[in-house]
Amino acid sequence: MALLETNALTAGYGDFQALFGVDMSLDAGEMIAVVGANGAGKTTLMRSIAGVLRNGADQISFDGEPIGALPAPEVMMRGIAMVPEGRKLFPSLTVEENLLIGKYGRAVKGPWSLESVYGLFPVLKERRNSPSTALSGGQQQMAAIARALTSNPRVLLCDEISLGLAPIIIRDIYAAFPRILDSGASIVVVEQDIGQALKVADRIYCLMEGRVTLEGPPGTLSRDAIHAAYFGGSRS
Amino acid sequence: MTFVDTIIQGILLGGLYALFAAGLSLVFGIMRLVNLAHGDLIVLAAFLILVLVIALGLNPFLAALVAIPIMFAIGWLLQSLILNRTLGPDILPPLLVTFGLSIVIQNGLLEGFSADTRRISAGALDSATLSLGPINIGVMPLLTFLSAVAVIVGLNQLFYRTSLGCAFRATSDDRVTAGLMGVRADRIFATATGIAMVVVTIAALYLGTRANFDPTIGPARLIYAFEAVIIGGLGSLWGTLAGGVIIGLAQTLGASVNPEWQILSGHVAFLAVLLFKPRGLFPRAVE
Repeated sequence: MALLETNALTAGYGDFQALFGVDMSLDAGEMIAVVGANGAGKTTLMRSIAGVLRNGADQISFDGEPIGALPAPEVMMRGIAMVPEGRKLFPSLTVEENLLIGKYGRAVKGPWSLESVYGLFPVLKERRNSPSTALSGGQQQMAAIARALTSNPRVLLCDEISLGLAPIIIRDIYAAFPRILDSGASIVVVEQDIGQALKVADRIYCLMEGRVTLEGPPGTLSRDAIHAAYFGGSRS
Repeated sequence: MTFVDTIIQGILLGGLYALFAAGLSLVFGIMRLVNLAHGDLIVLAAFLILVLVIALGLNPFLAALVAIPIMFAIGWLLQSLILNRTLGPDILPPLLVTFGLSIVIQNGLLEGFSADTRRISAGALDSATLSLGPINIGVMPLLTFLSAVAVIVGLNQLFYRTSLGCAFRATSDDRVTAGLMGVRADRIFATATGIAMVVVTIAALYLGTRANFDPTIGPARLIYAFEAVIIGGLGSLWGTLAGGVIIGLAQTLGASVNPEWQILSGHVAFLAVLLFKPRGLFPRAVE
């Protein structure tokens, strides 16, 4: 059975519907990538899973239990942590305080402590007492991933983590994923940049206008098929 | 020496205004909620202390200690059951609801305690003074000021040294992202209002022992509290103390020239600060 599953997920904002029946599944230990153009519904999908948008209870299940209607803090307590688009570090908190907020109000067990996330991103340890606003874009992205990890999630959702970063920084950040997978977490990354996603993911989902247009392991999908699924129409 | 004496009295009076204001500043800083019933809640706490003093024969300081957990619970419930529902992108609902709450508290207290003026007696402490050379300092005003400093130090420690304080700041920065990190904004807000009511109880102790009070004086205390918060800069607790001291100083200096000018000169000082520093003296760097 899949660890995380969406079943005919429909979601949107008020009168605007962004997702039209999305079926997606993530197995334990797996890393999947959700790709698609701007406005395809990727972020809506992430926000629905994380509980920022509330849905029908059965539309999302985690570990066999319906979680679609739960609010964000409860989804997080169950083991799904999100790295939100745009990093969204807390500007009033230092780097270390940002990392500790994932443990707020409860005892957390697992491989990710402050020390081990500093081991993953050593630069954060040097900047631990700086305000989070003093970090560079790449460091902020590392801090946002580390903040999600300290709650020791079973599923890590990463929304647009390469947005606005230099390719060399993106490579450094993606280099952390194998170690995160080794620790036992499963990962969903959302990207506009297909190149990175094809390299690291076990499977990819292509979203277009709120529907899944293509799905499968990267090796089995041709460039043309992905292109068509991404932009619509077919290349002649 | 009269001048030095006036300055000292003004600073000590500022301590009382800072106590009025600290709870307001805390709640505004965390949830951007302006509680128009803040002054009435101070009066409510003063009546609670009075009842405990009369019914149980407690010393006022002990009565305040008993009142603190009760007021914390009232604040917690008020926020969870009512005020959390008013928070949103629109700033009008919390203003209307707390304005209504102010009227409810005033009239409830009038029903229960009549419009008579009351006073909480602290016994011999009421008139005790310390002599520092040629200057006499009242023990109660001094205790008021020291309590205000202790409250500000305590709230700052809570804010910047504890994990609850981290959660306060994170929720204040970005409620949605804090939720993604497992921080429940509704509980954080309820705790914050509970803590604000603890400060309100301390303020009520000194309000009630220092001067007469009756059920209708809340709104006037709210004005002083507001002015102290705004002068200090929204969200800055030390600024709130400074704001309280500025109003206290202005009032006693005004009164030393002409007793009729006491209240007016406090308000004039407030307007003067706003004229030169529209965002207050110590505005928060991060907005």
